[in-house]
Amino acid sequence: MLQGWVIVAASFAYIGLLFAIAYYGDKRAEAGRSVIANPWIYSLSLAVYATAWTFYGSVGRAASDGVGFLPIYLGPTLMIVLWWFVVRKMIRIAKTNRITSLADFIASRYGRSALLGGLVTVIAVIGILPYISLQLKAVSNSFQILLQYPEIVMPQRTGELDVMKDTAFYVALFMAMFTIAFGTRHLDAAERHEGMVAAIAFESLVKLVAFLAVGLFVTFWIYDGVGDIFSRAARQADLRALMAPFGGAAGGYASWVWLMVLSMLAIVFLPRQFQVAVIENVDEKHVKRAMWLFPLYMLAMNVFVLPVAFGGLLLFPLGTVDADTFVLTIPMAHKAEVLTLLVFIGGLSAATGMVIVETIALSTMVCNDLVMPVLLRIKALRLTEQRDISSLLLDIRRAAIIAILMGGYFYYLLAGEAYALVAIGLVSFAAVAQFAPAMLGGLYWKGGTRAGALAGLAGGFLIWMYTLLVPAFARSGWIGSEILSRGPWGIELLRPTELFGLSGLDSTTHAMIWSMLVNVGLYVGVSVLGRQAAAEHAQATLFVDVLRQATEPRAGSRWRGTISASSLQTLLGRFVGPARAAELFSTYARERGFEHAEQLEGDGELVRYVELHLAGAIGGASARAMVATIVEEEPLGIEEVMTILDEASQVIAYSHRLEEQQRELEAAKRGLEAANERLRELDRLKDEFVSTVTHELRTPLTSIRAFSEILHDNADLEAEERQRFLGLVIKESERLTRLINQVLDLAKIESGVADWQSARIDLREIVTEAVGATSAIFRARGVSVETCLPAAVPEVVADRDRVMQVLLNLLSNAAKFSPAGTGRVRVSLGAEGREVRVDVQDNGIGIDAAHQAVIFEKFRQVGDPLTNKPSGTGLGLAICRRIVDHFGGRLWVESEPERGALFSFTLPAADPVEAGLEAAAA
Amino acid sequence: MKKPGPSGARLACVFLLGCLLFSFPLIALFNVQGRVFGVPVLFAYLFAAWGLVIALVALLMERRD
Repeated sequence: MLQGWVIVAASFAYIGLLFAIAYYGDKRAEAGRSVIANPWIYSLSLAVYATAWTFYGSVGRAASDGVGFLPIYLGPTLMIVLWWFVVRKMIRIAKTNRITSLADFIASRYGRSALLGGLVTVIAVIGILPYISLQLKAVSNSFQILLQYPEIVMPQRTGELDVMKDTAFYVALFMAMFTIAFGTRHLDAAERHEGMVAAIAFESLVKLVAFLAVGLFVTFWIYDGVGDIFSRAARQADLRALMAPFGGAAGGYASWVWLMVLSMLAIVFLPRQFQVAVIENVDEKHVKRAMWLFPLYMLAMNVFVLPVAFGGLLLFPLGTVDADTFVLTIPMAHKAEVLTLLVFIGGLSAATGMVIVETIALSTMVCNDLVMPVLLRIKALRLTEQRDISSLLLDIRRAAIIAILMGGYFYYLLAGEAYALVAIGLVSFAAVAQFAPAMLGGLYWKGGTRAGALAGLAGGFLIWMYTLLVPAFARSGWIGSEILSRGPWGIELLRPTELFGLSGLDSTTHAMIWSMLVNVGLYVGVSVLGRQAAAEHAQATLFVDVLRQATEPRAGSRWRGTISASSLQTLLGRFVGPARAAELFSTYARERGFEHAEQLEGDGELVRYVELHLAGAIGGASARAMVATIVEEEPLGIEEVMTILDEASQVIAYSHRLEEQQRELEAAKRGLEAANERLRELDRLKDEFVSTVTHELRTPLTSIRAFSEILHDNADLEAEERQRFLGLVIKESERLTRLINQVLDLAKIESGVADWQSARIDLREIVTEAVGATSAIFRARGVSVETCLPAAVPEVVADRDRVMQVLLNLLSNAAKFSPAGTGRVRVSLGAEGREVRVDVQDNGIGIDAAHQAVIFEKFRQVGDPLTNKPSGTGLGLAICRRIVDHFGGRLWVESEPERGALFSFTLPAADPVEAGLEAAAA
Repeated sequence: MKKPGPSGARLACVFLLGCLLFSFPLIALFNVQGRVFGVPVLFAYLFAAWGLVIALVALLMERRD
């Protein structure tokens, strides 16, 4: 049943399933219900570490040197123990700074250096090509072997190479298409691909199940358990040697240890591992469970490697079948067709998982850290002026994916045949290990400089190329192989595999020793000797101290200078699309409490916000360059920045307080001015009062004195005359007394020490009493009095005696100014709304309008002093008005000359509701 | 500030223990012929040590503080 079309159909069905999972994952992510937000999926996605190398290559390695495959998994097991410190820190930094890739991370750490980002990208791409070629080789080989079923024939490359007939070429092409469809559908500002992670986690399950199935099949179906395999193997001397391989097949302990170190670094610094562990991480707490779950996965993946390897060695005659293919060929040899297909799919899933994540990570790096910085610097392209270049970004990534896979294919053509799977992979491991000094140093050592990182990376990478890449090309015959035996230009000391005479080591160990020596030496040496720029120092502090900072640390870059918010939005729109930019801006505005994005100001905070989001789309270094094109920023020392920030915040605080105090002072000043004005007025009034009182007192005194002198000097005055004069003296004395009493009374009222007795009183009673009390005066002047009282009026709260005083005053005035004999006075009482009103109407001389206002003032009497001598003190009405005012009422006059006057006053009713009811009833 | 997760010292100890178990000279002690439950001594040792390290990490990371 294993015809070609079945295999292809199964492959496409599997890929279709992956797409479905990815689609589902993306949909769920959009709906906010992430499927990957749990530690299990996170751990499974980390298992992208297990590639075709693990799936096919481990058995191959085990068949040649026993436990030699294990350091590749023991190293990560050890490294992951430290993840709680290392990777959690990276995650925190990546989230804070919107890091999108390994290159972005290193570039950001060393002052957003575009040069460093580019170098890291170049190293990563070139370094990973062998690794990708390994996947292509594994898939195309397994496909070719499967096509020969039921024969087991190793694929042989014919001398004449025809790319168009090469399976590996189509595998590469197919994987490129697949990755493009998978990873570049849309531009995500955070470079997170939830659907992809979900698919990768699924692939991890598939490859584990497939491998375990083969392991169980070999161990318990073909053989009788593990013990059976090993006891059979122990009978053969060459297999026996593999059981204690050190000092023999596996080489020395040194290469074992170096392999472990290498894989410890690889698990962190392989671009795809960085992608899934750091960039795609949803919650840093997931690291916690992954720390044991992922090693457990690796253990399960490897537990059957040795039985399968020994089983294969026992099964096939030595040299007929490549041990790298045992996983596939053993089930084929036993005609287990379904299992064979499952193994093929498992191998495919291991390879595709690696290729997808790796090329997506690399294409992001190529786009953000290599191509975009260059394109943005080419002024002729006018990229900085285009409205929307997000589709350009996607196209660059698609092109990068194709280029990377084609690069992998050509590496496979050149060097693929000469090496076993694991050896090819180790070349890549050694390349990414070059990132370790700059990365780890950058995480824990603030002193690491950009120049140091550049020198270390470049030096280490050159050594790697010379000691690993050159021999690989030489061995495949692409360049002359005499360089290996005799060295370049015949200098034996420079032989790539035995540099400076260091021999007796395997090529990977040899390359690691030299490249790490140069890398670390240059990184530390140049850093120590050089100086850090301020921007670099700021970034270094930010990275190293990230775990100490609050969850939302302050700016990674601090911009001085201002810019309009709209131009920032336009800039962001060019890279993420105008709609998305508008959305981001309105979100930002809402967070700041503005209603519209138009209200935003282009301050440093907003610039940083834009820069962060740009960094998500095009990487930190490019983002900085882009923002710099529209924001004029002056170079700034970090101390200076901190000082400015400190000072600015203090000044702002001070000026707020000053403004506050100034406002209070002004208010106080206005109050004082008013009080002063009032005091002046009072002073003037007092002076006036004193002079008026003195004048008023003098008048009766002068009269009394004049009459007394007449009586004194003229002893012979007639009795009748004397009597008249004495009467006048008495009358003037009475007036004087009254005047003094009233002055005292007024003074008491005005100074507020008057004794007020408040009680509920009935005004009808008081009116009746007052009229009664004044009836003698009215009779004497021949004036008739008429009272008009309703049946009931509401009670008022007032001092009975004071109200009586007011009424008496009004009545006596009325009597005084009514014409003698014909005068008529009418007193009436009534409820008016919430008040009770008393009217005293006379038919006297009246008061003209000009005088109506002044009669209530002190000592103001109406009338011509010469012809019509007033007979009052001029204080009565003033006192009345104050009394009425005190109880919340009003006193006023309505009059016309010669038409009489109507004096009225009101007092508020004690119970307004009741009063209203009664008024309504009346 | 509260510190989630296990103490650094314990993790560092597990790391160092792992380094010791997986490297010279300890592995040299097991680089001999002979079988334990049918499995060659070195293979059995390495997988057992591996399992032990994983178990220790699991214990540290999963227990409730």
